[in-house]
Amino acid sequence: MPVIDETTTAPCKRVHADPRAVLTGTHFINGDAAACEGALAAGARFAAGYPITPSTEIVERFAARAPQVGGLFIQMEDELAASITLQGMVWAGQKSFTVTSGPGFSLMMEHIGFAAMTETPCVFMNVQRGGPSTGLPTLPAQGDMMQARFGSHGDYLTISLVPDSPQECFELAVKSFNLAEQFRVPVMLMMDECVGHMTEKVVIPKAEEIEIYPRRHASKPPGEFELYKTGEDLVPEMAHAGEGYKIFVTGLTHDQRGYPLMNAVAQRELVVRLFEKIRRAADELTMIDEDQIEGADVIVVSYGITSRVAERSIQMARAKGLKVGRMRLQIVWPFPEKRIRELAPKVKAFVVPELNMGQVVLEVERCAGGACKTIGVPHPGGTVHKPAEILAAIEKGVRG
Amino acid sequence: MSATTELNVHNPVEDLLRQDRIPTIWCPGCGIGTTVNSFVYALMKSGLDLQKVAMVSGIGCSGRVSGYMATDSFHTTHGRAIPFATGLALANPELTVVVYSGDGDLASIGGNHLIHAARRNMNLLVVCVNNMIYAMTGGQAAATTPPASTSSTTPFGSYEPEINLPQLVDAAGACYVARWTAFHVKQLETAMTEALKKKGFRFIEIITPCPTLFQRRNNMGDGLAAMKDYKERSKIRHGAPTHEVAMIPGQEIVVGKFVDRERLDYLTLMRQRLGEHYHEWIDAPPQQEEEAGKENCDIC
Repeated sequence: MPVIDETTTAPCKRVHADPRAVLTGTHFINGDAAACEGALAAGARFAAGYPITPSTEIVERFAARAPQVGGLFIQMEDELAASITLQGMVWAGQKSFTVTSGPGFSLMMEHIGFAAMTETPCVFMNVQRGGPSTGLPTLPAQGDMMQARFGSHGDYLTISLVPDSPQECFELAVKSFNLAEQFRVPVMLMMDECVGHMTEKVVIPKAEEIEIYPRRHASKPPGEFELYKTGEDLVPEMAHAGEGYKIFVTGLTHDQRGYPLMNAVAQRELVVRLFEKIRRAADELTMIDEDQIEGADVIVVSYGITSRVAERSIQMARAKGLKVGRMRLQIVWPFPEKRIRELAPKVKAFVVPELNMGQVVLEVERCAGGACKTIGVPHPGGTVHKPAEILAAIEKGVRG
Repeated sequence: MSATTELNVHNPVEDLLRQDRIPTIWCPGCGIGTTVNSFVYALMKSGLDLQKVAMVSGIGCSGRVSGYMATDSFHTTHGRAIPFATGLALANPELTVVVYSGDGDLASIGGNHLIHAARRNMNLLVVCVNNMIYAMTGGQAAATTPPASTSSTTPFGSYEPEINLPQLVDAAGACYVARWTAFHVKQLETAMTEALKKKGFRFIEIITPCPTLFQRRNNMGDGLAAMKDYKERSKIRHGAPTHEVAMIPGQEIVVGKFVDRERLDYLTLMRQRLGEHYHEWIDAPPQQEEEAGKENCDIC
């Protein structure tokens, strides 16, 4: 478990990663391997999964690394099993995760909802490939973005992060676990085939430089503790199996004790809280890499591998004298509504390239609210955009 | 002694139930409560630390069992009690993890997990309450429904053969397999006590009546009639080959302990295989100084 940093503050003590699990140094590894190291650095010792290209390398590495730190990887019989085995591990007191790609992600949806409902902190890494269905197992896409947001039935909010490089696979993997613990939600790390299989320099810092958000463990003894009672931030504390709390965890609508309660009042109290705990923190959950936004005529909004192609398009546009800003979303859900609303009246257009037929562009358009144009650059996946395609959209935006 | 004072007599079972959750949702004549009674006695007899017992259920009438037990209770998704329990058992080997669920949940939607948990010899006791019907949803035919039964989805009688669960889990590698009925409360308690103490994958099937949605539609009478039927038709055959214990309507119900074998459980095998590759994790170590010059990775 992480070592407690004595400079800590409420509500939860800041800790840093345990050096025994952190592979400090400079590496030449792919995004999948980096995500695995991020999970280990964040404190994950357990994982459950089912093989699927292009995500499997993450757990292949974890299967070798976890026993060194007292953990294990179990390969389950399917993704339905993997996505709930990991939640059993969490309720036994561990940090855990699973990895998958499109078809497996679809199978995991029910358990993403279960994790949202039971407030089980855990991480789902989805290395996206072309779909629908079996699609393109070895080629990239970003077609699961709306699925990450809306995939399971019923209403809930979770958090989705999108890395654009192996370095960021490491960093955002750590952040995924931290946010899962902080908000008690399943967090999606939405990689893609390119980022997952791309090999680059990855610098893993020293353990004491990696901040870890530890489990919000019950501060009261059994008898006084209620499993879903919350304070101001609407996030409950957690007790584990075997600690004497006699916890009751159910996917049914439940009261503060965790007991099933089948009525509209209980439903309102619970579901509104599950929404509000994320919605209220939306500003805190805004993570955008911005460049030359001030005075821009067009802002390119992108994420993941597409942002690296977009970067080339932005450079080409700037070479032509166009005023183009960059917004690279590192957290896509919750969507940075406020920032888009602020910028919309100041620009002529948002250009939104993505490796799908138009998903996140819908959110940009909604938040822009007609104050400027929103130009999507859809792409069905299988490869990345050509920089000229995005450049053409930028030029169209500048013309107004 | 008056009736009132008699009602005040302490029932030891109560200590292990969540009193604030009683009464249960179960119908009069239902067999699930009877099995829970046997299970609670078995838990008390087992001498296990009850704080270390975790109960996991799926969805359905029997899926409510975990939530009535005054232990750590997990009411998971339909069919997935076993993989959730697998996570608990792996991440905290000190726990005694019991899966208590129904036939539809464990044998049909969760059938794949049943097979593979048995194959892995995961440290789980799985209690399968087999009422031969999907009761919670209104009496639809199940994988365990005897042929020719009337159910809400087989109005002209079912024509699928039913699954023989003891044979299935035996073939998959379970180290303990028994079957009893809701009539055999003492034998059931003994089997549960025995199974609670054993390691590896243990499976107990309990044949129980569903008067509301199975018995009634098939002119089988009420819960009491089912008890008489079980008493008359049951034949105790310990060690019976599991391919001979299929439930055949109107014929004998073979009950008893069919399998009790020794086989290394998942975690023991894992530790053996990993040997020196496995490093026990000791919490809260003294913080060590970073090694100087550890700039480059020696793995990649």
